[in-house]
Amino acid sequence: MKKMAIDDTLKKLTEAYGPSGEEEEVRLLIKEMIGSSADNLYEDRTGNLYAIKNGGSGRVMVSAHMDEIGIIIIDVDKQGFLRLAPLGGISPHLLVGQRLRFKDGSTGTVYHEKLNSWKELDWPKLYLDIGLKGCAPDDCPVKIGDLACLDQPLVKQHNGRLMAKAMDDRAGCAVLIEVIKRLSGDLPHEVCFLFSVQEELGLRGAKTAAYRYDPDYGLAVDVTLVGDTPESPTMAVSLGKGPAVKVRDSSLFCHPQVRKLIIDLADENSIPYQLEVLTRGGTDAGAIHVTREGVPSGAISIPCRYVHSPSEIIDGKDLEMTVLLVEKLVQSCWPQIGGSSLQ
Amino acid sequence: MLKQLSNLDGISGREDLVRSHLLECLKDTPHEITVDSMGNLLVKKGKTISEQLMLSAHMDEVGLTITAIDKKGMLKFCPVGGIDTRILPGLRVRFGADRMPGVIGVKPIHLQKKNEQQKPFDPETLYIDAGFSSEEEACRWANVGDYVAFDVDCISIGTDCYRGKAFDNRAGCMILLKLLLEDNKLNFCAAFTVQEEVGTRGALIAAYNLKPHFALVVETTAAADTPDNEKKVAGTVLGAGPAISIMDRSIMVSPQARGNLVALAEKQSLPFQFRRFTGAGTEGGAIAHSGEGVETAVVSVPCRYIHSPNSIISMWDINNTLNLARAWLEKHQ
Repeated sequence: MKKMAIDDTLKKLTEAYGPSGEEEEVRLLIKEMIGSSADNLYEDRTGNLYAIKNGGSGRVMVSAHMDEIGIIIIDVDKQGFLRLAPLGGISPHLLVGQRLRFKDGSTGTVYHEKLNSWKELDWPKLYLDIGLKGCAPDDCPVKIGDLACLDQPLVKQHNGRLMAKAMDDRAGCAVLIEVIKRLSGDLPHEVCFLFSVQEELGLRGAKTAAYRYDPDYGLAVDVTLVGDTPESPTMAVSLGKGPAVKVRDSSLFCHPQVRKLIIDLADENSIPYQLEVLTRGGTDAGAIHVTREGVPSGAISIPCRYVHSPSEIIDGKDLEMTVLLVEKLVQSCWPQIGGSSLQ
Repeated sequence: MLKQLSNLDGISGREDLVRSHLLECLKDTPHEITVDSMGNLLVKKGKTISEQLMLSAHMDEVGLTITAIDKKGMLKFCPVGGIDTRILPGLRVRFGADRMPGVIGVKPIHLQKKNEQQKPFDPETLYIDAGFSSEEEACRWANVGDYVAFDVDCISIGTDCYRGKAFDNRAGCMILLKLLLEDNKLNFCAAFTVQEEVGTRGALIAAYNLKPHFALVVETTAAADTPDNEKKVAGTVLGAGPAISIMDRSIMVSPQARGNLVALAEKQSLPFQFRRFTGAGTEGGAIAHSGEGVETAVVSVPCRYIHSPNSIISMWDINNTLNLARAWLEKHQ
């Protein structure tokens, strides 16, 4: 089979349908992409996908989430207009005029009722039009509780930049898939590449997956915000300057020794990196590190503009460097942390 | 049964009275009963089945707790759980182990300045007046940390409704209790949990203990069928049967778990509605994300003016929620 370039992987992944709670399409795609590259591939009852690479003693869990932000239908009226509520951190303002897509392919646009001022725009003012000419609730193709995601293709921009919906966190998924394919031979530790569900609703998939797999170390590969756009909030992360090594976010303070390991490896291999202090937001490592008796964890982030919008932008070079860094990490011996008695 | 249960005072963290009442009701049953370290009451009915079932309802209710006693013998307080402090002025309350009566003090309209009349009372200025004349006297009867409950008794109103406090979630407790007391052959674990209103804390521990395969949370939810609510995004309606959750702040109910409930209701011709409101949390999340994950559904009795001293609930809704919970248990046996 011809080897797929990571850009094509990313295109397929970002264009797939996978709002939190309905990650099946993404999961099937990832299973197909991994194929026989993993030593073991299994799912659990919440929908998490585990790809195992054999290795020596100790277990490392590397997680990227499959789900994306979206909306949930809460009402269908007699004229066939649908009412929505948010699924994850999505702003009603960003949805006006946007196309949304359902699992069955139904597509609609979001618009708003009469507004006297943009300040009045809120969820109750929005509706979704999927072309229904009025319908009885029973034979309406869309039902209360159905989910929809944004409908945007991946586009290649100037300078190797890539724009798509759901870069958060299909970019992370693409990195993990590429690393799995590149690895050959036994690793110093067993590595579980986790493709998790429901991260956007509160790190829920990673929580039960980490309980099940019981890792010794954790790592999340996710996107992060940047501070390199006009009048953006202060943040020392830019597009194109390499993967961001997380120091903290709202969900965890990364273990200093894990962070040191990541930085040392980047230096040794001449991989550019930036340090990330994220004041808001979380990632799967937040759930993993407080599992059972505690799991020393870190996170590597792909810098991303306009996160949680229909057009999230990343730099292809950052993506490539992230693959390299994660590859080096899972090929390394992780430091002994705790567990030894004081002399 | 609802009157008895809802009249008991059981603010989050002090569920003793509710728990002892339930224990009393269950004393002649053969069920295996345990109280865990947090105070959850866990009742195992029937034999152990391979795919353990958990029904959960929380015993606690929202209320207040005393935080300070001032020089004049007035009691300062803070809310326990989600309370709209604007509804508090003038309410009757009872506090402490002796259920001492008091009232939430409010400046009479005669003494209010015009601008004071135009806005709600600042919650910081509210206090409980229990008729004490000095700090010394107050300290004999009240302690910092005493729990404060609404002083109301449940009554029957209209043809099918009840008015009172704490239907959230004594209605759920009542449903579980009925399933434990009635003559059925069902095997399941009932968890009467603590501290739901302050962050679904009891359910988290109960789920780790019970390690169920399937769980059903029996709750009470806000009815939105009052005149000022926008119908388009309305939550639930009183008298339209049990409300099946799609998602709330704590859980995304899996389409399978939700679909099971809908199919059961349709098969047995039970009324049901969806809880279309996606905010607020339930114990569903704590249970669903415990251990390796538990398939969890949530069903609620609609309740008007929830978290207030005078909520209104329909017995028809309660009975149909009971029927749906029973059908769910039967399906999973």
